[in-house]
Amino acid sequence: MQRIHDVGGLPAGPVDRSPHDYAPWEKKVDAIMRLMIGANLFTLDEMRRTIEELGPGAYEELSYYQRWIQAAANLALEKGLVTPSELGQAIETAKARHAEAASCP
Amino acid sequence: MTHAHDGHEHEHGHDGHGHGGHAHPHPRQPDIEDAPLTWHMALTEAMAELIVQKGLCTPADIHRTLEKIDAASPAAGSRLVARAWLDPDFRARLLQDVNAAAGELGIDAGGIPIRAVADTPDRHNVIVCTLCSCYPRFLLGGSPDWYKSKAYRARVVREPRAVLAEFGLHLPDGMQIEVHDSTAELRYLVVPVRPSGTEGWSEDQLAAIVTRDCLIGTALPVVA
Repeated sequence: MQRIHDVGGLPAGPVDRSPHDYAPWEKKVDAIMRLMIGANLFTLDEMRRTIEELGPGAYEELSYYQRWIQAAANLALEKGLVTPSELGQAIETAKARHAEAASCP
Repeated sequence: MTHAHDGHEHEHGHDGHGHGGHAHPHPRQPDIEDAPLTWHMALTEAMAELIVQKGLCTPADIHRTLEKIDAASPAAGSRLVARAWLDPDFRARLLQDVNAAAGELGIDAGGIPIRAVADTPDRHNVIVCTLCSCYPRFLLGGSPDWYKSKAYRARVVREPRAVLAEFGLHLPDGMQIEVHDSTAELRYLVVPVRPSGTEGWSEDQLAAIVTRDCLIGTALPVVA
């Protein structure tokens, strides 16, 4: 079966060559992935499988690094490196920290 | 399986993309704290926090890796090609084993094998990763968005001549095109033909005309 990522040879429109400066959070996603792969906690093949498992909707609607961080989180959960409640809590902490920083005059 | 993503958080648009074409004489540069925190940004912060908390890496590891990401550029790849143009023995070693040849110049090509594919006067090489985005980033820096785009990945294997023409590279009909599909285990690096008009040039001069796109195969070195 041809899965969502397997696009070689499919019809597609023109190639959009506009440049894109990576946002700081996108570089952080990249750094997280490199460190996890470097520490042999994730493999590239596991990463790709996890991205594919996000499904066609995610593949169509999410940007590249949105898919990556989603996949990294799912893989960390799947491997038991983090628990759902730890992750949920850390997300709330990140939101609270951001709100506090943004409210500084 | 628990997924961190519930599929209902797509209201955030596309982080970090265009700004609607407004022209400001002095583009506003908001502080990072001023930008709204999207779901994926919060998830990224949370993951960075957790991997440190769990002792999987240190804050210094993250900082060092971010510095490496910022420092990466196609300069390493350009230098390898320039050296290969000047030194036939080096060229032979590069075609044999890119990672080892890069090591000779003190360049870390990374742990994944890279194969050099050399253009000839009647054969042009171009690289892609149809399945995802595999790319010799240790030698080329971060990949351009278009390399990861569905359009490039889908079409360059079926109609490379048309895709290259969109890049402004018009190859003669008689020129054979070989498309190399990268994987997690093997990446490619294109070694273009040294253009005429570069006789007597230094390695630095030569490296300057070997752009990132030349190393991908979507451009040829141009002698100004």
